[in-house]
Amino acid sequence: MFPSFLVFEFFSYGLEVRVVWRYILRRIVYLVPVFIGISFFVFFMLHMTPGDPAKMILGDTATEESVQELREEMGLNDPFLAQYWRYIKNAVRGNIGKSYITKSSVAHEVSQAFPATVKLALFSIAIAIFVGIPLGIISAIRQYSLMDNIAMGFALIGISMPVFWLGLLLILFFCVKLGWFPASGFDTFRQMILPAVTLSTPSLAIISRISRSSMLEVIRQDYIRTARAKGQVEFRVICNHALSNALIPIVTIVGLQFGALLEGAVVTESVFAVPGIGSLLVEAIKTRDYPMVLGGVLFIGIVFSLVNLAIDVLYAYIDPRIKAQYGGSG
Amino acid sequence: MSAAKSKQAGFWSRFRKNKMALCGAFMILGLVVVAVFAPLIAPYPFDEQDFSVAQEPPSFGHWFGTDEFGRDIFSRIVYASRISLEVGFVAVSIGMFIGGLLGAIAGFYGRLTDNVIMRSMDVLLAVPSTILAIAIAATLGPGLFNLMLAVGIATIPRYARIVRASVLTLRHLEFIEAAQAVGSSDFRIIRKHILPNCMAPVIVQATLGVASAILNTAGLSFIGLGIQPPTPEWGAMLSGARSYIRDYPYMTIFPGLAIMLTVLSLNFLGDGLRDALDPKLKR
Repeated sequence: MFPSFLVFEFFSYGLEVRVVWRYILRRIVYLVPVFIGISFFVFFMLHMTPGDPAKMILGDTATEESVQELREEMGLNDPFLAQYWRYIKNAVRGNIGKSYITKSSVAHEVSQAFPATVKLALFSIAIAIFVGIPLGIISAIRQYSLMDNIAMGFALIGISMPVFWLGLLLILFFCVKLGWFPASGFDTFRQMILPAVTLSTPSLAIISRISRSSMLEVIRQDYIRTARAKGQVEFRVICNHALSNALIPIVTIVGLQFGALLEGAVVTESVFAVPGIGSLLVEAIKTRDYPMVLGGVLFIGIVFSLVNLAIDVLYAYIDPRIKAQYGGSG
Repeated sequence: MSAAKSKQAGFWSRFRKNKMALCGAFMILGLVVVAVFAPLIAPYPFDEQDFSVAQEPPSFGHWFGTDEFGRDIFSRIVYASRISLEVGFVAVSIGMFIGGLLGAIAGFYGRLTDNVIMRSMDVLLAVPSTILAIAIAATLGPGLFNLMLAVGIATIPRYARIVRASVLTLRHLEFIEAAQAVGSSDFRIIRKHILPNCMAPVIVQATLGVASAILNTAGLSFIGLGIQPPTPEWGAMLSGARSYIRDYPYMTIFPGLAIMLTVLSLNFLGDGLRDALDPKLKR
């Protein structure tokens, strides 16, 4: 009896790993239509933009013949779907067009700007997670206390404030009035603090709200009472028993917040002059540099899809229900 | 009928008890009044330039001060409430109507229809909604209607998902079967029987949606998409005030406050509606 139990354990572990992999594989396959969809959307938008790309590249002084020549060369006279197919083929090789303004490769400029945005986003999500989750948990444990009310009041304000306005207020207070931080740039740690605090605020607010409600739901469950009844230390009741179950909706929200962060990064970078994708987009919008705008959108869409994939994979590890779903009957 | 009435009574009694929600509702009502009667409330026309009083700090003559052209900031904020509310409501209506319809069709017919519609929604969801709105607004060019369209289209998938989920739970209930048995058309069943029964989550999403549409609009205007001068818009006013933040900080304070209070009241209202419409969801 005893050894067979061990054997069963061993096999069920193997099954579990396989199940998770099947799930991950399925999610990766799902990405293909999404990528095709995003690229089609971006290409369609690019097609709809006003102005003739050939004229934009050659400038106002170009003759009609040279414009026609370039149109032929770029394949702009081909049917729509043929153009789209070429766009995809180029995109796979990392070529998503040339800027109307700087004439340089969009992919190159986007990849140059990407690290600053990643740094900003990671720093911000770290603040949002490490401040937001404990804040939510403490609010839940001390529900309706002064601390809870203040924290949730601030959270409501946090989700109602435009990010760029918060950024401007922080500049006003910490740079203009107090002179503690520089108002622009993104090279030193001191320069990174204000943009990261700005960008993290809405996410922090949402994460703390969800953590609170998720925790409130869990601490009313019977098994928490059981843990307390058997004399478990309160800290461990909360951290071991309650948190592990409260975490699932929190991870969902953290994943969704990456999208919000990428959105917020556009205006935040513009406010603090952070040389990231957001600033690149804003600059391109001002100069009507459509290939750059839509190239940036394509890039953000793909990055966001990959982040979502990562979150879903993380999910498969923390949520036993997914294993159950993909494991068939077992 | 009586069941519907008691359901409604339950909603009102729960909603009335929620002070935050009531407060939000009154503030939104107040804002609508301000927007409608803007010409009566604003002491100056929104585009009246008077360089003799350019960039004056708040005073009795100009409550919120004046901008770089000597325009009264208070008057501009009052007029701008029109734009924000308009964009908020129209954008949400676009998203709600198209998204709701797509979601209902997807949920009702299932199979291939469902797959095609929902996979396209996945594509739209794969790009964060503000980024999507940026792409659409940049392509369509500046202008109020284009802005509404951009912000509205970006919210379609949310409504499609909500309505589809509700339709799926309703689809096989007996009263739908009964309606089919007496020969109602699919369109009639969706319109008369399914949509009224999945309104609660849609209303909540729409209220919160107006809030995020207003935030989105302000953001797009801030980065130079959307409303063009001299039309006053809160985000665009902030964008203009940015250059003067060192010397004339009051210019940055008031438009932002207006956005925040509006969005805050809508969030209060949305949270209150959710708790009142569906007590099970109470957090």
